[in-house]
Amino acid sequence: MHGILTIFRKELGDHFNSMRFLLISALIVMVGVIITSMVGMAIQEELRGMAKPTLIFLLLFTSTGKLFSFVQFIGFFGPLLGIFLGFDSINRERVSRTLSKLVSQPIFRDSIINAKFLSGVTVIAIVLVATVLLISGLGIRLIGVVPGVEEVWRLVIYIVISLLYISFWLGISILFSVVFRSTATSALASLAIWIFFSFFVSLGASVMADAVAPVSQTASGVDAEMLIRHERIQRVASLVSPMALYSDATTTILDPMRKTTRTLILMGPMERFSMSRFQSPLPLLESILIVIPHLISIVAITLLCFGICYFVFMRQEIRTV
Amino acid sequence: MTGQNIVETEELTKKYGAQTAVNRLTLQIEEGEIFGFLGPNGAGKTTTILMLLGLTEPTSGKAAVIGFDPTREPFKVKEKVGYLPENVGFYDDMDARQNLRYIARLNRIPGEVTEKRIDYWLEMVGLSEEGSKKVGTYSKGMRQRLGIAEVLIKEPKLIFLDEPTIGLDPDGTNRMLDLIHSLSREKKMTLFLSSHLLDQVQRICDRVGIMINGKLVAMGPIEELAKKKLGLDQEDYTLEEIYMKYFKEA
Ligand SMILES: Nc1ncnc2c1ncn2[C@@H]1O[C@H](COP(=O)(O)OP(=O)(O)OP(=O)(O)O)[C@@H](O)[C@H]1O
Ligand SMILES: [Mg+2]
Repeated sequence: MHGILTIFRKELGDHFNSMRFLLISALIVMVGVIITSMVGMAIQEELRGMAKPTLIFLLLFTSTGKLFSFVQFIGFFGPLLGIFLGFDSINRERVSRTLSKLVSQPIFRDSIINAKFLSGVTVIAIVLVATVLLISGLGIRLIGVVPGVEEVWRLVIYIVISLLYISFWLGISILFSVVFRSTATSALASLAIWIFFSFFVSLGASVMADAVAPVSQTASGVDAEMLIRHERIQRVASLVSPMALYSDATTTILDPMRKTTRTLILMGPMERFSMSRFQSPLPLLESILIVIPHLISIVAITLLCFGICYFVFMRQEIRTV
Repeated sequence: MTGQNIVETEELTKKYGAQTAVNRLTLQIEEGEIFGFLGPNGAGKTTTILMLLGLTEPTSGKAAVIGFDPTREPFKVKEKVGYLPENVGFYDDMDARQNLRYIARLNRIPGEVTEKRIDYWLEMVGLSEEGSKKVGTYSKGMRQRLGIAEVLIKEPKLIFLDEPTIGLDPDGTNRMLDLIHSLSREKKMTLFLSSHLLDQVQRICDRVGIMINGKLVAMGPIEELAKKKLGLDQEDYTLEEIYMKYFKEA
């Protein structure tokens, strides 16, 4: 425990002093502020003279405006924060030959990895909380609405989901920093995974769906059954991607008008019925219930990659090479 | 194994694939002595040290360091044992004191004690002027001195030094050898050093071991080895002569 704490404190200091961290968090804050300003002004414009609808505050985070929403931005760009915090955490010490010194101190070897992971998670949490607070403050001024209790809760849950999601990427990059001896290689490998999941999994999912359940335009219109199968396959296949998990989960939490993480076509008749019948937001508790499987999946893949990292690192020969 | 010696190994073996880096090494080191570990490049010296520290798992054989099995209880061993690697590294963006402080914290040394020890050991290795300079700006020899200070900051009972005087200037080498000698005589520490600089080893070591191709071919006080290898009557011998004789035979 003592070892973890000591390493944790040093790593945290290193992160906050690094140029890399300053740049990437400045970028996130800047983009967040720009998006919020645009979205906020648009909302203000539309709402002039109208009563404020419920849960409007969350629109600050989910409205796409002219570019993309803040939530989409974090879904796409957040992984980079995790990657930059972790990609050189172990191999940097190997290159500078401090690792062999570290492991010959009276600490458990796993506390090195634990401390590095935890310090990364702490930094991510601080960045997320600061950005969401900043956006909220800006939003309150722009649209003149103070978030209600439920909105605050939803934002808190959103932060937790984002923290888990970015921590997964931190885990991936730490794993690569254990496996690869060169920091450039581990950075590239992490980026490759990031690009793979951001672009190719959704592409692959639709290709796969097309292959398994082709939707053909016949004279009688679209074959409904085929379309449903198509959608279902595409959805399941894209859930392989942490990005898809994340975006599903966050939309459900922040956009309570949606009652399911599934697309419209996949809803059962009752769901569709209730949706058209009661255009009221889903209660918080039910939103949470819907996203719990997503959360479990994200935590599971994070633990998996952490586990591999552990396994490799504990057995690795520490030489001054 | 009797358990009276500070380091004992029995048939300690390390294989890397088909290659045997350390071959059935049996050795004892007494408390308080300075032991010189000699051998050509690739003989297995570093590998032996790594096994004794619990940093590498032996393929077979047993070892006990200050009474603990380094494979099973590495934590206990690392608490009491210091290790200066062949090529010691530092956090280059921190100064010498910060580097030392970090290692002291990892060893749970209380803050006030740490500061006193930092001053003391920086003085001893001749770095007190440079203590607040970033280690990235240090010369090779300065790094080596800082490495020694870092090992001593936890005041271990047993110290493994892998080629400790490499890169030191003549004056620095002399001071280092004196320091090592006084650690053994005044502080009752045990020193295990590997080196290729035989005249230095001859100057300070009580006993030496010669390892060739993973096998310990000789072990004992230098005079004893001299008698054995060079003949009874020879008064003027150097460790180098003894070493070369063993080397040619192997
Ligand atoms: N991780 C490894 N994988 C394969 N072989 C290794 C590994 N580590 C060491 N060896 C081999 O083990 C042998 C002993 O190496 P070791 O570093 O112990 O030698 P040494 O006596 O310290 O040499 P030097 O005087 O050059 O420092 C060498 O032949 C080396 O190639
Ligand atoms: Mg060596």
